[in-house]
Amino acid sequence: MTDWRPTASLDVLRARAHALRVVRAFFQERGSLEVQTPAIVPSPGVDAWLDAPAVELNGHPRFLATSPEYAMKRLLAAGSGSIHQIGPAFRAGERGDWHEPAFTMVEWYELDADDTACMDTTEALVRAVARALSDGLLHALTCAVSTAEPFDRMTYREAFASVTGMDPVDADVRRLGRLLRVAGVRTPRDASAAEIEDLVLGAVVQRQLGVERPVFVTDWPTDRAALARIRPGRDADGAPSAARFELYAGGVELCNGYHELSDPDEQAARIDAENALRVASGKPPYPVDAAFLAALRHGLPDCAGNALGFDRLLMLTQGVSDIGAVVSFRVE
Amino acid sequence: MAMLSHTDLRKGVKIEIDDQPYIIVGSDFVKPGKGQAFTRVRIRNYLNGNTIDRTIKSNEKTVKADIEERTCQYLYADGEFFHFMDGTTYDQFQFTEESLGDTVKWLVENESYSILFWKGRAISAEAPNKIDIEITQCDPGVRGDTAQGASKPATLATGAIVNVPLFVEEGEWIRVDTRTGDYLERVKK
Repeated sequence: MTDWRPTASLDVLRARAHALRVVRAFFQERGSLEVQTPAIVPSPGVDAWLDAPAVELNGHPRFLATSPEYAMKRLLAAGSGSIHQIGPAFRAGERGDWHEPAFTMVEWYELDADDTACMDTTEALVRAVARALSDGLLHALTCAVSTAEPFDRMTYREAFASVTGMDPVDADVRRLGRLLRVAGVRTPRDASAAEIEDLVLGAVVQRQLGVERPVFVTDWPTDRAALARIRPGRDADGAPSAARFELYAGGVELCNGYHELSDPDEQAARIDAENALRVASGKPPYPVDAAFLAALRHGLPDCAGNALGFDRLLMLTQGVSDIGAVVSFRVE
Repeated sequence: MAMLSHTDLRKGVKIEIDDQPYIIVGSDFVKPGKGQAFTRVRIRNYLNGNTIDRTIKSNEKTVKADIEERTCQYLYADGEFFHFMDGTTYDQFQFTEESLGDTVKWLVENESYSILFWKGRAISAEAPNKIDIEITQCDPGVRGDTAQGASKPATLATGAIVNVPLFVEEGEWIRVDTRTGDYLERVKK
C-alpha cells in the first residue's frame, strides 16, 4: 500500500508550529522586518560544493535557491534595514539523516553588526527556541546539551586541534589518515589532501563539537570565506581569517554566519574562483547574478548575517536523529 | 551496467564493489560546512557475510548489483550442500551451510524461499516470515502449572530451538516467526 502518511507525528508538527512562532516573535521584538524572496532564481549562490536543483521556467534555465542570500542583500542595499526570512532552501545531492534536499532556513541580516554581535543574537535565538520547546535542552545522539550557560567560542584552528591534536595549517596528511583509521572511517583510495581534511572535519571533528554546551567555531580559513569578509584572525599568530562562524550542538552543525563581504570587486572575484573550482571538479559553472553585484556596487550597508537550519534545531529539541521526524514529508 | 549516484546509497540498496555483491546495511551522509560531501556506507558481502565500511565521494559512481529475486523450493540436504529448485524453470542449485547463514535453521522440505541471484548465481536465501515446523523434542509440560508466560525450550525438525508454552507437546506442529525466532501458535497437520 502506498505510504501516504506524514513522516513526522502530529505532536512534532505542533512543536514545529510553536517554534516558528517563537522565531518570528524573536525577530519582531528586535525590530527586524520579515521578508520573502523567490525560491526560483536565475543564479543560485555560486559555491564549489553546493549544487542547486535546476528547473526550466517558460523556456529559461532557472534554479531553486540554495539560500536567499543574494536576494536579501539586494533588499539590504535598497535600504530595508535589518531583515529576516523563514523559508525553503534547496540542495541537490544532499540527503541523509541530517540532510534533506529541501529544508527550512532561518536567514537574517543585522545592520551595524559584526560576526561577534551576530553570534550573540544566534545564541539568544537558540536559547529562546530550546526554552520554549524542550526546557532549554538540546538532545543529540549521545548527550543532552544545556543552552542555559553562555555558549563556548573557539577558532577553527582551536576546534580542529581540540579533537585531532593538530593545527590544520600544517597538519600532516599521513597523520590525518591514521586518525581516520583509528576513528573507523575508511579513506577513499584516491583521496587528495584537501579531501582527507574535509573528511576529518566532517566525520570526526564536527561530531565532537558542542558536547558539553553549544560552541561557535569562528575564524575560518580564508579559502572557506564564502561571503564573509577577511580580517586579522583571533588565533595567536593573527593570521588573516574569514569573519565566518558556525554553531555546533551535540556534534550537529546548526548555522553558518558572516560579517558580510561588501566589496563588489572582491565578491566578483570570489564568484569567479568558485566557478573555476566547479569546472575543475567536473561541475557546470553557475551564471553570475548581475543584479546582486549591481546592488553591492550601489552599496551594501555594514551588516552581519546568519543562516540557521530550522529543521535541525527542531530535531535537537525533539531528540530525534532522522530529519523525516520533523518535516511533514520527505522530498523523495 | 546501472550506476548509482552517492544519494542513492541507502540502507537496503545492493551494490557491487571490487566485483563482489554487497547490501548496504547502514549509510551516513557526511558534509563539512564548506567542503565536499561523502557518503559512508556499511556494507555486507553476500558471498562471505563479512561487513565492511566504505567512504564514497560525492562525485563517484557506484555499480548497482544486478540482483534478481526468485521464489524457489527447498528440496533436501545431502550432508554437504542444501539443494533448492526453481519451480518455474525446474533449475536446481545448491547452497553451503555458510552461505545460508541464519536461514539454515528454518529449512523445511518443499517450503518456498526467496532466493537472490547475482550474475546467475544463487547468493542468498530468505525464509518466509512465518513457517510451520514439527517439534521433534521437548519435555512434557507439568500439569497444573498455568503461570502466565511460562515456557519451555523445544527442538524443531530444522534444528532450531524455540521457547514454547507448557501445553505444547513433542510431535505437534507449531508456527514460528523466522525473523524473531518466536513461537506464534499451534497448527494442525
